[in-house]
Amino acid sequence: MLEIFIFCILLVTGFGWFAFNVYKVCHNIRLGRDEMRSNQTSKRWRTMILVAFGQKKMFSKPLVALLHLSLYVAFVITQIELIEIIADGITGEHRIFQASLGNFYVFIISFIELLSLLAFVGTIAFLARRNMLKLPRFTMDELKGWPMKDANLILIMEIVLILCIFTMNGADEAMQSESYGFLISSFLGASVFQGMDYNTLHVLENIGWWGHFIMVLTFMNYLPYSKHFHIFLAFPNTYFSNLEKKGKFKNMKSVTTEVKLMLDPSGDSQDGVEVETPPKRFGAKDVVDLTWKNLLDAYTCTECGRCTSSCPANITGKKLSPRKIMMDTRDRLVEIGELKRKHGKDYDDGKSLLGNYISEEEIWACTSCNACVQECPVNIDPLSIIIDLRRYLVMEESKMPNELAGMLTNIDNNGAPWQFSPSDRLNWANEN
Amino acid sequence: MHVPTMANLMAEGKSPDILFWVGCSGSFDDRAKKITKALVKILNHCKVNFAVLGSEESCTGDPAKRAGNEFTFQVQAHMNIQVLNSYQVKKIVTACPHCFNTLKNEYPELGGNYIVVHHTQLIQDLILSGRLALEGNETFKGKKITFHDPCYLGRANDVYEAPRSLIEKLDAELVEMKRCKANGLCCGAGGAQMFKEAEKGKKEINLERTDDALETKASIIATGCPFCNTMMTDGIKHAEKESEIKVWDIAELIANAADL
Ligand code: SF4
Ligand code: SF4
Repeated sequence: MLEIFIFCILLVTGFGWFAFNVYKVCHNIRLGRDEMRSNQTSKRWRTMILVAFGQKKMFSKPLVALLHLSLYVAFVITQIELIEIIADGITGEHRIFQASLGNFYVFIISFIELLSLLAFVGTIAFLARRNMLKLPRFTMDELKGWPMKDANLILIMEIVLILCIFTMNGADEAMQSESYGFLISSFLGASVFQGMDYNTLHVLENIGWWGHFIMVLTFMNYLPYSKHFHIFLAFPNTYFSNLEKKGKFKNMKSVTTEVKLMLDPSGDSQDGVEVETPPKRFGAKDVVDLTWKNLLDAYTCTECGRCTSSCPANITGKKLSPRKIMMDTRDRLVEIGELKRKHGKDYDDGKSLLGNYISEEEIWACTSCNACVQECPVNIDPLSIIIDLRRYLVMEESKMPNELAGMLTNIDNNGAPWQFSPSDRLNWANEN
Repeated sequence: MHVPTMANLMAEGKSPDILFWVGCSGSFDDRAKKITKALVKILNHCKVNFAVLGSEESCTGDPAKRAGNEFTFQVQAHMNIQVLNSYQVKKIVTACPHCFNTLKNEYPELGGNYIVVHHTQLIQDLILSGRLALEGNETFKGKKITFHDPCYLGRANDVYEAPRSLIEKLDAELVEMKRCKANGLCCGAGGAQMFKEAEKGKKEINLERTDDALETKASIIATGCPFCNTMMTDGIKHAEKESEIKVWDIAELIANAADL
């Protein structure tokens, strides 16, 4: 009875706390500006199924992709076992589904065990890669400290979870007079757990069972603080992907209105143009000036660094790293979101994404080449954040490298980025 | 060189099938002007009914937009669209992927709706429809040519095949760089970088890209963008490899092979 009570308390607290954190994340994401991303539903579903479910973009590195896929499939499938754990925990039964499912039950548990073994291998490989191989994208400055610990912690939790599953099933097997026939633990039961007395086995099985349950709750509640949140967010994030050509940058409607007014003050050509009241500011200085999709991107980022290792600016030693752009956006959002919940939605702490987190030097190094967008396995778009930060600097503060100011003046004055007169445009036709 | 302008054709009561959007680089940059002329030679040779805007053309606004100045961009777009619409332009060809991208993707919402093609796509069509014949040309036979994907043609607009099919038409050997197509490395000019010094770093981007090209041991780097052309040419100069490897636009290679 006491066990059932403790179980239910843990269950409710675990899910309750998770729900509270998810609420906070949703609240933060909604601090962003509007952006239409709900048209073309069938194309969106297709993108989600290919990129999130099928992990299509991971397969440019097939071995890593397979390990990652096995980890992910194992994670999803083991949650079937969680259903039984919850049912057992609430009712106080033992393997409540076994009797009614019969052989099918043995098949499912065996399948889970097989995947768990694969996941175990995968996890060890990933831990080794991250800590021993010294890949540049895992050792850069922005990963020092918490992000590196975060990555390792997740992998260690995964290992503990898998060990719990095998301890639980293996000890249980050893206690049975006739084996369940589980693929891997029937073997473990007959070897590792062989010869232990019944009480020890019972305790071990309990440790495995409770351990599994507690690990899952811990894991789940850890996600909203971690880069590992992508296991959920990859789905909505790819669903709401940008479906336009990557080269197309948004036309700012607020600017369209002003330009039309400036060029035709009579308003003749206003028909059909949506008039939009000017926004609080042009471009983005802080996270709340970005769109909700930029913010969802930030929570979805797995910090894998594929974007950064394909970034021409970063490859050639510039300060810009598209991964850092995403990590900064998330860190700032968590900070300001918390403050706004505490002090009201208009609260301003005097800090901002541009300046306190991202420097001007970083954003001016971008060539807008879209390599980061192309590489990201979960369709994140760091470039649109960079451009919005530039827009703020240029349009609100007139701050930009001198040469760019000159280039813009030339376009304004003579319709070309260099100082040439429009009347000379056709000179080439008469030159040799 | 026969280069009809829209204004002249209009005065004669004629209208062309296609507008050749020359772009600022193609109009003013000495190296890029050669690309412009190569393309005009091809158009004239194939009797394409085209025209240019001449002094009525103005910057598309691409560098302003990528530099963050949406005002300047939209003012440019607004003025260009007025000109283009007044001539009832339906189809545009351009040799600059930045103009191509802006005209094709960013003008429609602002009232400018045109069919926009990159010159490599147009040349491909001319060959497929039999208007341009390259059979029997030996100029580039067996030569190793590598193609540098312009970001605004490749990743930005998913055009990878047209330029490559033209290189194959030259009877040349197309050798790919280790980073190519969707994984191609930028030349360093995009996003208004062309107009400013790079930020502090270990290396210039165009040199990194030049190394990719040199690794292929090709004798020609083909490009489809006047800015990439400048960047790669500078890179080759810096590496002092001008005698071993040349940088040409695809239009120049085709015009050369067709003896124009
Ligand atoms: S778009 Fe900018 S940030 Fe992204 S890879 Fe290219 S240079 Fe780097
Ligand atoms: S933005 Fe995408 S590619 Fe870059 S670190 Fe995040 S998840 Fe990886």
